[in-house]
Amino acid sequence: MIKRDLVIIGGGSAGMAAAIEAKKNGIDDILILEKDSVLGGILNQCIHNGFGLTEFKEELTGPEYLSRFANQVDELGIEYKLDSLVLDVSENRLVTYSNAHDGVVTIEAKAIIFATGCYERGPGAIQLAGDRCSGIITAGTAQKYLNIHGFLVGKRIVILGSGDIGLIMARRMTLEGAKVLCVSEIMPYSNGLNRNIAQCLNDYNIPLYLSHSVLRVEGKKGRVEKVVLAAVDDKMKFIPGTEMEFECDTLLLSVGLVPYVSLLDKLHADMSSTRGAKVNDQLMTSIPGIFSCGNCLHVHDVVDFVTDEGRDAGRGAANYIKGLSNKQKHLEVKPGNGVSYVIPQFIETDLNNDITFKFRVRKPIQNVFVNFSSGEELVHKVYKQVLIPSEMVMIKISKEKLTNVKDEIVVSIKERE
Amino acid sequence: MKEFTCIVCPRGCRLKIDDELNVTGNSCPRGAEYAKNEVTNPKRMITSLMRVKNRENCVVSVKTSNAIPKGMIFQVMEEINKTGVNAPTNIGDVAISNVLNTGVDIIITKNIK
Ligand SMILES: Cc1cc2nc3c(=O)[nH]c(=O)nc-3n(C[C@H](O)[C@H](O)[C@H](O)COP(=O)(O)OP(=O)(O)OC[C@H]3O[C@@H](n4cnc5c(N)ncnc54)[C@H](O)[C@@H]3O)c2cc1C
Ligand code: SF4
Repeated sequence: MIKRDLVIIGGGSAGMAAAIEAKKNGIDDILILEKDSVLGGILNQCIHNGFGLTEFKEELTGPEYLSRFANQVDELGIEYKLDSLVLDVSENRLVTYSNAHDGVVTIEAKAIIFATGCYERGPGAIQLAGDRCSGIITAGTAQKYLNIHGFLVGKRIVILGSGDIGLIMARRMTLEGAKVLCVSEIMPYSNGLNRNIAQCLNDYNIPLYLSHSVLRVEGKKGRVEKVVLAAVDDKMKFIPGTEMEFECDTLLLSVGLVPYVSLLDKLHADMSSTRGAKVNDQLMTSIPGIFSCGNCLHVHDVVDFVTDEGRDAGRGAANYIKGLSNKQKHLEVKPGNGVSYVIPQFIETDLNNDITFKFRVRKPIQNVFVNFSSGEELVHKVYKQVLIPSEMVMIKISKEKLTNVKDEIVVSIKERE
Repeated sequence: MKEFTCIVCPRGCRLKIDDELNVTGNSCPRGAEYAKNEVTNPKRMITSLMRVKNRENCVVSVKTSNAIPKGMIFQVMEEINKTGVNAPTNIGDVAISNVLNTGVDIIITKNIK
């Protein structure tokens, strides 16, 4: 059996950062397995700019951002296999992959990092009503067809969901000559950045209908012919008489991303409400030696934070391989009032100097305190002017403040009086 | 008085500007500069694709080296669509220099071997 110190599954931003950091922390025997024919993951298709503001203090396009890390992977001599799909991972850290050259191979690893990214929710997940015709496609798939292969998937487009990928694609397809008729969002607010609403919709006079969703899709002849939108009330029920009809050939869906964890699920790792695995302060899952980072841990909106998280996992795995990360305690971290999830879910070691807690709020809220409490004690408190669900919040707490905490930590939102 | 969203960084501040070009609502100086440009000469970056002539079914991503006047977006797109490049391409290569006399270049953003 082939033995390796560290196997990383997925060569996107998270996987590359993890590999580079593990190498810098003294782990030489690393292998990245990537199913695609290039490194970089989803960034290969994100040709717009806006990446790297935190990491490089400049605005790069996706391919430019990823190439800086791919170059480092090469310079550090980190081994990777492309066109190599990981088929199975076992609890005792056997990784099975296949590719056209090696066939089906099983490797025994000292540590494994999952960096498999996320997938887009499709028509089934939102119970889209109407005909099941062609021309209903997720925004990310349309982005891949256009930006990697050069094909425009339609000429008259309706977009459902106002996440950033949908907004970016509204502009992108307009520039390539398509007519984007509107963007429909079921919530009373958009999940996309204000900046993208301004530069992708307003610039091209594309209307955004908030509190509106697709009532039905019509396409008896096999291709989308019409999309009917209607307003929804605060219980998400359609309001009769508010129908709007759009003749179009394509419905793009931008209705959410879900961590891609089928291999981890099979191992019965403890899972969180993010649909990713629960992890400790080293980003280790409930299965010893198996780590998770990037979009397969929780969906990120900014790649710079994915890179950072990848590094944390790389360092965590290096600590584990070197035998440094024995469990010293078991402190649970839980979401409280107004918070949908917190990462990490556990603190088990004293290895970090400080711990960055990452979380999202349930709804847009202003003028609040974020409280970290443990029993009666308030461990840490931060004031925030505005918090919105589409922006992940990161708060760093120093080791000194955390060492004396003995009970579970609850992160909650409290309105300022 | 005009009101719009700053697009310079992901924070997306809500900016207000009056007739004397006084800006409020910005969290940093870049926002003030953006607001002034937005009422006098609005500009945008463009990212798109260009055909790779010596490869079958191949495109390469490109960007403007700087923001171009908003009113010229579709003209610049036409220039980009008209032009092709040959592989290999390197990040930073100039595909079109001084496009439509804007003083802005069209730059390759992807390495193709
Ligand atoms: C469509 C889209 C648009 C985005 N736009 C922006 C933006 O404008 N600005 C911004 O800052 N952020 C943006 N993001 C967010 C950010 O870019 C991503 O969150 C980040 O790049 C994700 O990195 P990752 O490594 O976690 O995942 P990915 O980049 O998805 O990498 C996962 C990799 O794992 C591989 N893989 C999966 N399963 C297997 C397996 N079984 N075997 C082998 N390999 C496997 C995949 O092929 C892929 O290469 C966007 C995200 C998406 C999805
Ligand atoms: S004003 Fe400054 S902080 Fe606010 S969006 Fe513009 S650039 Fe960003």
